[in-house]
Amino acid sequence: MALVLTEEQQMIKDSAAGFLAEKASISQLRELRDSASESGYDRQVWREMVEMGWAGIAIPEEFGGLDYGYTGLGLVLEQAGRNLSASPLQATVLVGATLIAELGSEAQKEALLPAIASGESVVTLALQEGAHHAPQQTAMSALKENDNYVLNGSKLMVLDAHVADQFIAIARTAGAAGDEQGLTAFLVDAGAGGLTVERSIMVDSRNAGVVSFDNVSIATENLLGDEGQAWSGLNRTLDIANIGLAAELLGISLEAFERTVEYLKERKQFGRLIGSFQGLQHRAAELFAELELARSIVLQALQAIDENAEDISVHASACKAKLCEVAQRATNEGIQMHGGIGMTDEHEIGFFIKRARVAQHLFGDYNYHLDRYALLSGF
Amino acid sequence: MSNLDEFRQQTRAWLEENCPPAMRTPVNSFEDLYMGGRNPEIDHPDQVVWCDRMAERGWTVPQWPREYGGGGLSKEEVKVLRQEMRSIGARSPLDSFGISMLGPALLQFGNEEQKQEHLPKIARGEIRWCQGYSEPGAGSDLASLQTKAEDCGDHYIVNGQKVWTSYADKADWIFCLVRTDNTGTKHEGISFVLFDMATPGVTTRPIKLISGSSPFCETFFDDVKVLKQNLMGEEGKGWTIAKYLLTHEREMISGFGSASGKSIGETAVESMGADASGRLSSSVLRQNIAQYQLDTRAFAATMSRIGDEARAGQGLGPASSIFKYYGTELNKRRNELNLAIGGEGALGWQGERYDDGLTSRAWLRSKGNSIEGGTSEVQLNIISKRVLGLPDE
Repeated sequence: MALVLTEEQQMIKDSAAGFLAEKASISQLRELRDSASESGYDRQVWREMVEMGWAGIAIPEEFGGLDYGYTGLGLVLEQAGRNLSASPLQATVLVGATLIAELGSEAQKEALLPAIASGESVVTLALQEGAHHAPQQTAMSALKENDNYVLNGSKLMVLDAHVADQFIAIARTAGAAGDEQGLTAFLVDAGAGGLTVERSIMVDSRNAGVVSFDNVSIATENLLGDEGQAWSGLNRTLDIANIGLAAELLGISLEAFERTVEYLKERKQFGRLIGSFQGLQHRAAELFAELELARSIVLQALQAIDENAEDISVHASACKAKLCEVAQRATNEGIQMHGGIGMTDEHEIGFFIKRARVAQHLFGDYNYHLDRYALLSGF
Repeated sequence: MSNLDEFRQQTRAWLEENCPPAMRTPVNSFEDLYMGGRNPEIDHPDQVVWCDRMAERGWTVPQWPREYGGGGLSKEEVKVLRQEMRSIGARSPLDSFGISMLGPALLQFGNEEQKQEHLPKIARGEIRWCQGYSEPGAGSDLASLQTKAEDCGDHYIVNGQKVWTSYADKADWIFCLVRTDNTGTKHEGISFVLFDMATPGVTTRPIKLISGSSPFCETFFDDVKVLKQNLMGEEGKGWTIAKYLLTHEREMISGFGSASGKSIGETAVESMGADASGRLSSSVLRQNIAQYQLDTRAFAATMSRIGDEARAGQGLGPASSIFKYYGTELNKRRNELNLAIGGEGALGWQGERYDDGLTSRAWLRSKGNSIEGGTSEVQLNIISKRVLGLPDE
């Protein structure tokens, strides 16, 4: 596929840019933060996003979605990155729906996907247990007792946990931490007995939470896929999730960079515009080059999902590692080049670095993905 | 069957019959290419056979018009020809500055007589060209060049010195930037002239590089007579042509890095070993290699994207400004990694054990990539000012 947007994709991108700049901008995020918003995002704005079809943008039409593919979703996420828009897009659209499509039975897909596409239901993944992303190391136990499974353990960094209607919990029904085999996906209702959800206040002012399972009993029909066989669907979902987060990081990086370049053209010191100093010019030009590379590798990876490319894991780790690197540089330079004003909470440039680090961390950071990319490349 | 399929079949059959077996072996270095000329350097007699056969069909320059010695092929046909050549491992029959640089400029800026005179000889590999651009005092600041062309009625008298003239000691003709007027700004008054290197008053001296090779020369002009019919474009407007050619040159140099075959990470595992998990034994080197491969991958995707955007009618976007800078920096990184992986073996300079210094010489040569054709710093200046719109002092 040519590395250019189709007319339809360009339209999605433009309409997302317009809508999010108006309805879900950084000033709205600031307001959500400062008012200690109960939900952590604007429910009315989320409803409007759903009405535009975004909640089902990558879901097939037969399950109530728009079927625009992950390239379409990626373009929306890129714009969400530019505006730092708070919404359950990442949790339920990028990750939740994808994992259901990967692992669910036809009946489960028919029941769950239309509910996500219509905004009725927010479904989120409960996977991470330690400080770092390490899916094979999952240790939370699920013991079979009669017709049920009993879950014990706790999960953290669960996106939109306190507003979720359902969780997909990954637990171990066999094997030991480190094994890919033996992992099982369970659908858990937010109201299940023995489940506690604690909202975490993270640096990016977005929703995450700690979910604890104390003898939570799950019926067999709420297994997503076969017992012990969750790995391949989970792995593919994580690949897609990382590419989607890379698209968000691209938007964050581009916006932080463009704002910084504008500032270099306004700010005067020593009697001249600071943008005329070669020391800053070359750093900006190098960053520009990196951002062009970032654009290409993200678009290529998004298209690879939609083309069902076999080497999707290579695309995902390459793309996420590169975007973690570029986003880190763009947001750091953003603050440094803004100088003192960049350190103030009043200025918006500081919001980018906060969200970037959380998006970088989610589902594996630069170190995780560079290592994985090298392994997948034969060294 | 479509016309293109038919063309493919005919091309395949013709190549199979006409490409000598010796010309189906890989080219090992830049110096191995066949460049033609009055006194060609011939490594293997089949180089001449292959070049002549291809030239007869116009396929040394398949995309040029037939009347100038080209093949008159459409873009699609050229692509098919290249694919078919690649599939049998056929070498390029002829590589020269005439083909890659002067030819395209002549087609765009030359007059009819100049095209008739020079293009067919380039296509047949009869005349080898060199480029007279940089001077001792005009490197990155090329427009400050001082080689003087004095107007003497029907001809100019050229005096001055050029430096970094690639293969000037082997070339037959030179395309050269000279100053015909000193009164305007430095970009005005530059003219683009062509002349025979055998003209009295032209002397060359090779420059030995840190890599031990001498691809470049110093070239001296002492009262060299150049007929005005050899002025290309308008007098005083040579900078336009120079800029056009510099863009071409930068694209060529940025292509140096696109090596093929086994990845550098896999090569490293073969020579240094891996742990039980398959990770290269040196973890620090492994990270450097991974970052290099990652950047190479993203750079290749960017090259594809720019090509796709141009084909979709979106023009050449701002991303094209990063090619020269990024491509050459990547190539330098690759060569540094080759040195790190090879260790002692990569530091050899002479002898069979060290492949006569293949690795070390390529490493040293790569240092010039970010200097020739506009330094990395000049490229960054261009991006800052023209793309990002950052202010001058």
